[in-house]
Amino acid sequence: MKYALLICDDESRSPSNEVLAADPEHDAFLEELGRRSEVLGKARLRPVADSTTVKVRAGETLVSDGPFAETKDVVGGVIIIECAHLDDAIAIAESHPYARWGGVEIRPVWE
Amino acid sequence: MPDQDPVRVAVDAAYRDEWGQVVATLIGITGDWDLAEDCAQEAFAAALTAWPRDGVPRRPGAWLTTAARNRATDRLRREATGAAKLRQLAVLARDPEEPPLEEIPDERLRLIFTCCHPALPFPARVALTLRTLTGLSTAEIAQAFLTVEPTMAKRLVRAKRKIKEAGIPYRVPPAELLPERLNGVLAVLYLIFNEGYDEDDDRRALAAEATRLARFLVRLMPYDAEPRGLLALMLLHEARRGGRTQDGVLVPLEEQDRSRWDRELIDEGVEVLEGALAMRRPGPYQVQAAIAACHATAPNMESTDWVDIAVLYAELARLAPSPVVDLNRAVAVAMADGIAAGLALVDELASSGRLDGYHLLPATRADLLRRDGRVEEARAAYQEALVLVPTEAERLYLSARLREL
Repeated sequence: MKYALLICDDESRSPSNEVLAADPEHDAFLEELGRRSEVLGKARLRPVADSTTVKVRAGETLVSDGPFAETKDVVGGVIIIECAHLDDAIAIAESHPYARWGGVEIRPVWE
Repeated sequence: MPDQDPVRVAVDAAYRDEWGQVVATLIGITGDWDLAEDCAQEAFAAALTAWPRDGVPRRPGAWLTTAARNRATDRLRREATGAAKLRQLAVLARDPEEPPLEEIPDERLRLIFTCCHPALPFPARVALTLRTLTGLSTAEIAQAFLTVEPTMAKRLVRAKRKIKEAGIPYRVPPAELLPERLNGVLAVLYLIFNEGYDEDDDRRALAAEATRLARFLVRLMPYDAEPRGLLALMLLHEARRGGRTQDGVLVPLEEQDRSRWDRELIDEGVEVLEGALAMRRPGPYQVQAAIAACHATAPNMESTDWVDIAVLYAELARLAPSPVVDLNRAVAVAMADGIAAGLALVDELASSGRLDGYHLLPATRADLLRRDGRVEEARAAYQEALVLVPTEAERLYLSARLREL
């Protein structure tokens, strides 16, 4: 099964990449990730303040500042994994540091 | 009129006892929930024509599983995508006349854990458990949950689709997940039981199904205490159903005719509970069953051990905190230590706001005030409870109490 793990929070913490790299919990997460899955791709996303949303309506392109939907929690990272089943994806998600203050949404990849 | 034809009786018994096992085995082999259900259905239909002709097989479950498997093979043979599944089936294919001698492994445990997976919405877990494990029809489940068949059918279709598309594994969870997942299964069974704790016949069937599922869980998980605790709790509730209402009106515990309680069920419930407690792994269902046992074995209200019950409610509040448990503890404390002590706890709960809108909060308050002779306050509390009361039996009871003041 392929899943996208959407790493979400409200951006109130936004630890830098260096801080994350030095975090033992993040290390434990990477270990769990490697043990339970094959990583097909991953990306940490810049804050939504840097995002741009594009919509085309009636042939007209609308470019706006900010995320697609205004919500408290936003996607801050995406990891695409291949693993045996949902329980493995859940185990990986629960070990991600963001799960403790934000949340991880597990979305099966449409194949 | 019950059907007395012995073959029909055998098919009905097999349906009750074997449906879940046939479906569970077919899902295990094919991974296809709809195919499994359809083929199980066809196998039972085939039994209705084959058994009168050939006699009831020695092992109906094995006959039905084989028949269902053969139907699955036929269907998959017609589909190009069925090739891989067919190979799995071939390994297990056998002649229906010669059921395998070795015991068929019980796949129902995998099925029930999958049906109760936390990634499914709770109502879907309940519906899926009933449909796949007990064989109740979608129409019957809809009726029992007071909804219409298309709504229930949609719920089942969505749940099965999610199992497939989200990759929910068909398995008994590994040890590290088991306690948490088992709690989920027990919660589904207890909800089904409570839905059936009713005077309506359609809904009563749910209580019987829930008890049967609890029995089989105890058999398949003999080293876990909480399934036994849940079974004991169900038996002890069921035993006292007879005295619970009179002509559609709720009868309070102190006025119940205890000779109408089912002694055999009480004895069995107490025995199952003792088996659970002997494992020395306490849990909320065992504590609730212990409370039910205190009531069920007391000859009357006065000789009930309220001190014990108050202690058990405190233990329950520790294991599974909930304001409803606190309310029940307040009643036990009122009986054990005096009305004032109980009322103080009820008032504390009321001011916390945690039970706002729950009819038993003012109803309990009203009852304690009435016992204390505080008529005016009791009247106001009964009136408050009547605004919130959800069932007719309880409404009739509360109105009668109000009139008696």
